[in-house]
Amino acid sequence: MVRDVIIIGAGISGAAIARELSRYRLKVLLLEKEAEPAFGVSKSNSGIIHAGTQNPPSSLKGWLCVEGNRLLREELAADLGLHFVQCGQLIVVFDLADLPELDKIKAEGEALGVKGLEIVDRAWLDAREPNLGPEVKAALYVPSAGIISPYRFVYALVENAVRNGVRLETSSRVTAVRRRPEGFEVVAGGQVFRSRFVVNAAGLYADEVSAMAGAPTFKITPRKGEEYLLDKKREHIANHIIFPLPSKTSKGILIIKTSDGNPMIGPTAHETPDKEDLATTDAGLAEVLAGARRMMPSLDRSDIIAYFAGLRPASGKDFIIRHEDAVPGLVNVAGIQSPGLTSAPAIAVMVAGLLKERGLPLTPKEEFHRLRPRPVHLFQVPLEETARLIEKDPSYGDIVCRCELVSAQEVRDAIRRGARTLDGVKFRTRAQSGRCHGGFCTTRIIKLMQEELGLPVTAVSKRGPGSELIKDERK
Amino acid sequence: MKERQLVVVGGGPAGMAAALAAREAGVADVLLLERDQHLGGILNQCIHPGFGLHHFKEELTGPEYADRFAARVLADPGIEVRLKSFAVKLTPDRRISFLRPGALEEVQAGAVVLATGCRERTREMIPIPGTRPAGVYPAGLAQKMVNMEGWIPGREAVIVGSGDIGLIMARRMALEGVLVKAVIEIQKSSRGLVRNVVQCLEDFGIPLYFQHRISMVRGRDRVESVDVVRVDDEFRDIPGSDFSLSCDTVLVSVGLIPENELLEMAGALIDRKTNTPVAPDVNLTSLPGIFACGNACKVYDLADWVTRDSQLAGRMAARYLGVADL
Ligand SMILES: Cc1cc2nc3c(=O)[nH]c(=O)nc-3n(C[C@H](O)[C@H](O)[C@H](O)COP(=O)(O)OP(=O)(O)OC[C@H]3O[C@@H](n4cnc5c(N)ncnc54)[C@H](O)[C@@H]3O)c2cc1C
Repeated sequence: MVRDVIIIGAGISGAAIARELSRYRLKVLLLEKEAEPAFGVSKSNSGIIHAGTQNPPSSLKGWLCVEGNRLLREELAADLGLHFVQCGQLIVVFDLADLPELDKIKAEGEALGVKGLEIVDRAWLDAREPNLGPEVKAALYVPSAGIISPYRFVYALVENAVRNGVRLETSSRVTAVRRRPEGFEVVAGGQVFRSRFVVNAAGLYADEVSAMAGAPTFKITPRKGEEYLLDKKREHIANHIIFPLPSKTSKGILIIKTSDGNPMIGPTAHETPDKEDLATTDAGLAEVLAGARRMMPSLDRSDIIAYFAGLRPASGKDFIIRHEDAVPGLVNVAGIQSPGLTSAPAIAVMVAGLLKERGLPLTPKEEFHRLRPRPVHLFQVPLEETARLIEKDPSYGDIVCRCELVSAQEVRDAIRRGARTLDGVKFRTRAQSGRCHGGFCTTRIIKLMQEELGLPVTAVSKRGPGSELIKDERK
Repeated sequence: MKERQLVVVGGGPAGMAAALAAREAGVADVLLLERDQHLGGILNQCIHPGFGLHHFKEELTGPEYADRFAARVLADPGIEVRLKSFAVKLTPDRRISFLRPGALEEVQAGAVVLATGCRERTREMIPIPGTRPAGVYPAGLAQKMVNMEGWIPGREAVIVGSGDIGLIMARRMALEGVLVKAVIEIQKSSRGLVRNVVQCLEDFGIPLYFQHRISMVRGRDRVESVDVVRVDDEFRDIPGSDFSLSCDTVLVSVGLIPENELLEMAGALIDRKTNTPVAPDVNLTSLPGIFACGNACKVYDLADWVTRDSQLAGRMAARYLGVADL
């Protein structure tokens, strides 16, 4: 079979492109090297849907961010059952002499079309952010920024794309891409797939994939960001996402609301040569705590319940989204650093346009399933609703994860929707992401996975082959 | 809404002792809620001996100790035991909501005893830097895997923390044929019982490193090694003292934290450092008619003392209900 498009990489970029292309009468294949989608950069980031500020007005990422933000707010959040919270953002200054910097960010944002920007004073802040420290003098208020669960964003897009006919192959690392006169041959996971077009959305590995295909035109330099999550008890420590003034390479250390309730502090921004270097460090923790406490001195190290590091797949300052003329039919979606999560819906529309320019017909499907029902999460519904759910299905009353209130039914649902690993269950349901870190629920989840997937216990893994949890069973 | 005289949350040694003592003191109607499918709490996974020396004057395993109380609880017609029942909400006027397969129920309690036990402090709370591969487990989780499920989590282990759970798990893993390479302790001495240091480590030739810490966990998918470094009296790393231990498993045993989220939800005062109720005396909370006992009240080192104090909590609840003098 010759497909129309093969997309390499099921992160937020590849997922959004797959879903966008699934509107049309096309045969699309999405290849992912990991055991599940969203296990690359898209799982470890701040989850902020940026408004579009803090980007140069002439940049690609600037306008894609503004447009991605709009598409998510106005269409995707409702269509895909996403829990998007438009909490707004504050960029604070510690010195009134820096007010011109805020004016500049405001003017640049407005040039990109960001709406509702407003410089606010300390009295405004005192009324709305009582925990800000005394050093904070004023801020730029950015109302259209918000938060989302990044992996659930990816899962929703992939699920809906698959519902609309896209084929997903996981555990399929692309090892060769050959341009033949009639199209591409893509080798992945021991199979050969054929297509007319290839979209390379391979995140940190996009440079290697592009080179494989014959276009060694850029290099990805990972920039590490460490993030530290706080206990849900601190949920209301901040009401907005709080930023300091940005530096040259990053937006600075932030206080981030997350859509699941736990506030987060971070991220750092340091280049690393190693694309697998996801280690957090003592130095990173110290830097994050110092940065966050300058804005909010009551933040305490003992509030931290989890941490992770993510790598921004940077290549220069801007995104690289282009057709490679040297390899006709190859579209690169690379260098998707921040705000890639936000921009993805707009990137997808742009990529569809690039493919069309190169001769891919975009004929809308008669029946495109635009809507995806939101999965049930007990932690998001009031108790009365929980009672109703339990009456319909008793196993919503069978609580697996006590810290985050996740039932056996939700875990089973996650597995039926594609979770194959403990992390996949965690990202979809939040089971194991609370304060006990899976101490209480891990064995139960392992058993549910065995039941649903028919696996021996030694085959249940954290995030795919090589990360099995149990080495042996006692005879 | 149903009214119940006394509701006990938690069916471990603390909850069982409180329920039984309340009954002896004259409480007619006790509802005992337990999340798990059996009574006994954490004792069910503590299959080693060392329980009951004080209370029963004989040496029992954890499950044996628990079973003695469970048998009495189940035989008592005045105690209704609800298993797989998970309390999700408590109000200051003692309304409790709980989930169980098939229903969400709400009851009004005359008095409440919270005996919800502890959770383990995790790697994240220290925090131990490095990657986050499979193979890093809280020691209590590993104990549950090995003792309750027969699952052996790894083949070469390093244990962080020399409290009793860490020591007991070092021995347990060694008995299962796991190569236990070291126990790493940041303090100058062990928090565990002396008998455990001797019986669990020395008898098995497992090295114990005082004043050391893990400075890095390595491995992408599964733990491959840890970096260990010596620290000075101020817990600062001593340069040049670091070494690496290859292993596929790290068990983290760095203390317990009382589980008092329900109490906090009800608005009681909680000490932020220890997560224990702020109150003038053991078993009390800042809310009238709501008591906390066992490891939820403070972290005990012996189940025998949990039983003793929790019996007192049962009697205190009875007195609050006006059915007994203390
Ligand atoms: C610390 C941090 C914080 C951030 N915060 C934000 C934020 O708040 N808001 C925001 O908008 N953006 C944020 N970002 C940026 C955002 O996370 C990224 O831009 C986005 O996730 C990139 O998605 P992607 O799909 O391009 O890459 P990825 O998610 O990495 O997806 C690429 C996929 O390709 C797969 N792959 C690679 N090679 C192959 C191969 N050979 N064969 C098959 N599959 C392959 C990978 O496994 C991966 O799943 C942040 C980034 C970091 C690191």
